[in-house]
Amino acid sequence: MTDPGKPPLALGWPLFEVFIRSRAGLEHKHVGSVHAADARMAIEHARDVYTRRQEGISIWVVASLDIIASDPEEADALFEPARDKVYRHPTFYVIPDEVKNL
Amino acid sequence: MSTAVAAAVRPERALNEALLRYVLRLADTSLVLGQRLGEWVGHAPALEEDLGLGNLALDLIGQARLLLSYAGQIEGRERDEDALAYLRDAQEFFNLALAEQPNGDFGCSIVRQWLIDSWQLEIYTGLQESADSRLAAIAAKALKETRYHYRFSSGWLVRLGDGTAESHARVQRAVDDLWRFTSELFAPDEVDARMASAGIAPPLSSQEARWSARVDEDLRAATLQRPATQPYPWHGKRGVHTEHLGYVLAEMQHLQRTYPGARW
Repeated sequence: MTDPGKPPLALGWPLFEVFIRSRAGLEHKHVGSVHAADARMAIEHARDVYTRRQEGISIWVVASLDIIASDPEEADALFEPARDKVYRHPTFYVIPDEVKNL
Repeated sequence: MSTAVAAAVRPERALNEALLRYVLRLADTSLVLGQRLGEWVGHAPALEEDLGLGNLALDLIGQARLLLSYAGQIEGRERDEDALAYLRDAQEFFNLALAEQPNGDFGCSIVRQWLIDSWQLEIYTGLQESADSRLAAIAAKALKETRYHYRFSSGWLVRLGDGTAESHARVQRAVDDLWRFTSELFAPDEVDARMASAGIAPPLSSQEARWSARVDEDLRAATLQRPATQPYPWHGKRGVHTEHLGYVLAEMQHLQRTYPGARW
């Protein structure tokens, strides 16, 4: 992709995370990331890389560095306690036939 | 045929021939520029730019297909888009000479793109009001694509022009080198005059000032100098080309020329 002796990995541009809204009314979903020099270029790159097959009608980009992530080391403490609380799932009552689209 | 009928038919035929030539100019400019951009695929400075340039190329080739299909119908000799794209020789191509200029470095390709994008913005905007409804529809579709192309190319022009000393010098050199081909963009000839009088396309002179102002604004933002206007020595739209077009066509056409009718 790049000539030998040239900087690898998209010229040292920072990484941006890309979120695409596929249809009006739906939420933006994370689809991947692009390298770009700034936000405007990130939108263009996201458009060129991730919406070539009519995947979306709106794009968000956010600098990957600005994302604050949970620590994988803490996964047990954060997520294990939910495992034995099945009563939190709304499956313990009967849905009347008249209710559609649930 | 009586002479009265012949006299009535002749102007119509002349208009038809001018329309054919006009549509081929638009089609060939998009086709040749699209082919040039295709040469970047696999070689762009970043994966994202590689896809971006490829997308531009596909848009342009899509425009060329619509226009060439229409040209084939106007011509009425049963040549379809493929026959027109792959089986005409260089002197039968009527693209702007600017479109066939070599890619050079990335900055040079960006300058060529920006000059043609800004030209197409004016041309397609005007054609939306065309008395020719087919052309108006094609222009409306192409204009949406062109707006993105222009966003892409003018953005890069400013980045490179107002970037490092190296990028500034390279992109200024590209502007200086390519500027001589811009005198053709809005130089009207008898085909353009006929299109204007038939209401098919606005007079080029009415569009040049807007193009010029837009280009000046972009050059200013990019801290680049506008070269002096040069006389009009290029006649790509009359089928007189620089030496580069033959090489473009050789690569684009060799498969159909070698294996006529090949499909895949």
